[in-house]
Amino acid sequence: MKKALGIALVALLAGCASQTTQPDEELSADSGYGSGMSGSELMGSGSGRPSYFSQLNDPNSILSQRSVYYDYDSYTVKGEYRDLVLSHARFLRDNPDANVILQGNTDDRGSREYNLALGQRRADGVRNMMTLAGARDAQIESVSLGEEKPRALGNSEAAWSQNRRTDILYRGE
Amino acid sequence: MSNYRFKSLRGVWMFFFWLISTPSFAQLNIEIFGGGASRIPVAIVPFAEENALPQNLTPVISADLQRTGLFRLIDPAGSSPHAPVEVVYSDWANRGANALVIGRVAQLPGGQVEIQFRVMDVAKKSQLTGLALTVPTTQLRAAAHRIADVIYEALTGDVGVFSTRIAYVLKRGERYALQVADSDGYNAQSIIEYTEPIISPAWSPDGSQLAYVSFENKKPVVYVQTLTTRERRAVASFKGSNSAPAWSPDGKRLAVVLTNQGGSQIFLVNVDGSGLQRLSRSSGIDTEPNFSPDGRYILFTSDRGGSPQIYRMAVTSSESGNAERMTFEGNYNVSPDYSQDGKSFTFIHRHNNQFNVAVQEIGSRQVQILTNSRFDESPSFAPNGRMILYATEINGHGILSAVSRDGQTRQHLTVQSGDIREPAWGPLPKWK
Repeated sequence: MKKALGIALVALLAGCASQTTQPDEELSADSGYGSGMSGSELMGSGSGRPSYFSQLNDPNSILSQRSVYYDYDSYTVKGEYRDLVLSHARFLRDNPDANVILQGNTDDRGSREYNLALGQRRADGVRNMMTLAGARDAQIESVSLGEEKPRALGNSEAAWSQNRRTDILYRGE
Repeated sequence: MSNYRFKSLRGVWMFFFWLISTPSFAQLNIEIFGGGASRIPVAIVPFAEENALPQNLTPVISADLQRTGLFRLIDPAGSSPHAPVEVVYSDWANRGANALVIGRVAQLPGGQVEIQFRVMDVAKKSQLTGLALTVPTTQLRAAAHRIADVIYEALTGDVGVFSTRIAYVLKRGERYALQVADSDGYNAQSIIEYTEPIISPAWSPDGSQLAYVSFENKKPVVYVQTLTTRERRAVASFKGSNSAPAWSPDGKRLAVVLTNQGGSQIFLVNVDGSGLQRLSRSSGIDTEPNFSPDGRYILFTSDRGGSPQIYRMAVTSSESGNAERMTFEGNYNVSPDYSQDGKSFTFIHRHNNQFNVAVQEIGSRQVQILTNSRFDESPSFAPNGRMILYATEINGHGILSAVSRDGQTRQHLTVQSGDIREPAWGPLPKWK
């Protein structure tokens, strides 16, 4: 029964996403909600810092990479960041207590309001990829900082490219 | 004195009172870069006794007129008439003046000042207009702006906007201040200050309230604040992002952009936060709504066609995916703002990696690019449609600038330190 529900939800999510293409194995029923639910029960509400943080911060793990960078005017997740996003998605799938905030950012050229919307679209795109790959919707909040919180300052492509970015932040970290 | 006809404004003289006591920490200065060819030559004689006032009037009046690019100021040196009988018209004609402004001030008990001034037609040797007004000494700059409005109106036939106010955001260090200042950048007052970003201030049609977006709760929320009382409330604080407030012309509703139903889409909400209604429906970004002066349409920015362009939709009681694309030149046209007559709009147009202020006629679709800087943002029409206020960047600093509707005159309103952005030109005062 749980498994059937999982299949149905994954199919629904797949139907919603228009832009993202996923490897088939990421869409298998086993990676869906069914297994996530039981995992959540097993983790319980232990005190202290969850053990998974050590894995997240291992510099040898792709999980220590937390930023997706974009081309100008674009919200498409480039191929070189696919593994990064999917690795975090699998991590969320396997650690149902983990929660992330996705912060979309833009460079500071052009309209602040349009950039706020563009940053949201960047974060939403990463969120879509992650839920398709088995992360639960409730584990992910996508927000935009627009051009308001630049990481790099200055009018150069070097600075701008640093600011066109979605950051993956784990809650409690 | 009773022989002279003065329109008295005593009793109808209205001011906004800014209750906050924080002094402004930045003053704006004006630089003029160019000017139109056919400017009206005007001589402004310093008013009798104005040197005794805490604030001289005629320098403020002169700067106001000069900033429009419509006037050429004639040096009055060597002659200082204060009453019509003292005017030697041939002298002013020889200096090339078409109009002459003269006046006097008198300090009254109780900290009041009476100002009388006249605009004389040099060719006809007669008075064009005149006015007497009594103001507290604390309101002398405001009185000077009112006088500049009267002169402007007498000489151009158009409504003056010197008595209006502007709002903008000033960033200094890690602090963001929403400020309101006179149209010349003086008398800046902070309405709110936070350590998180503030964007998109928008004046209520009666000038009594500002809507804006604050990130103080770590995400964008739309607030409306009453200027006199400082009272404020969140009008759009839904899940996700809330931004881009625009007032309906009747002041009862706001168009806002929400992400709580997916994407960035335009909604209508009553000023008290009730009555939420979805207006746009697209799979892309819809943002930066701006009402037409008659309230029937909304201009907005959308990337539904693949690049950000300006579209127009009718304001109806039901949501609609229908919108008419308005801009076609280039692949980045954003931040629309209607002119007061509803016949044109200003916006930001990108070309050759520059972001510039442009104006498009709605009927003919004719586009004129008015600036030539690199990073212009947030254009806002003056309420008489003759000038556009915008944010630009000089030496890495955000400053305010204004350009005449014909692109002939530009001036910078420079702040000494800090970044200034997101300007919004306020409405005409109620007594206009």
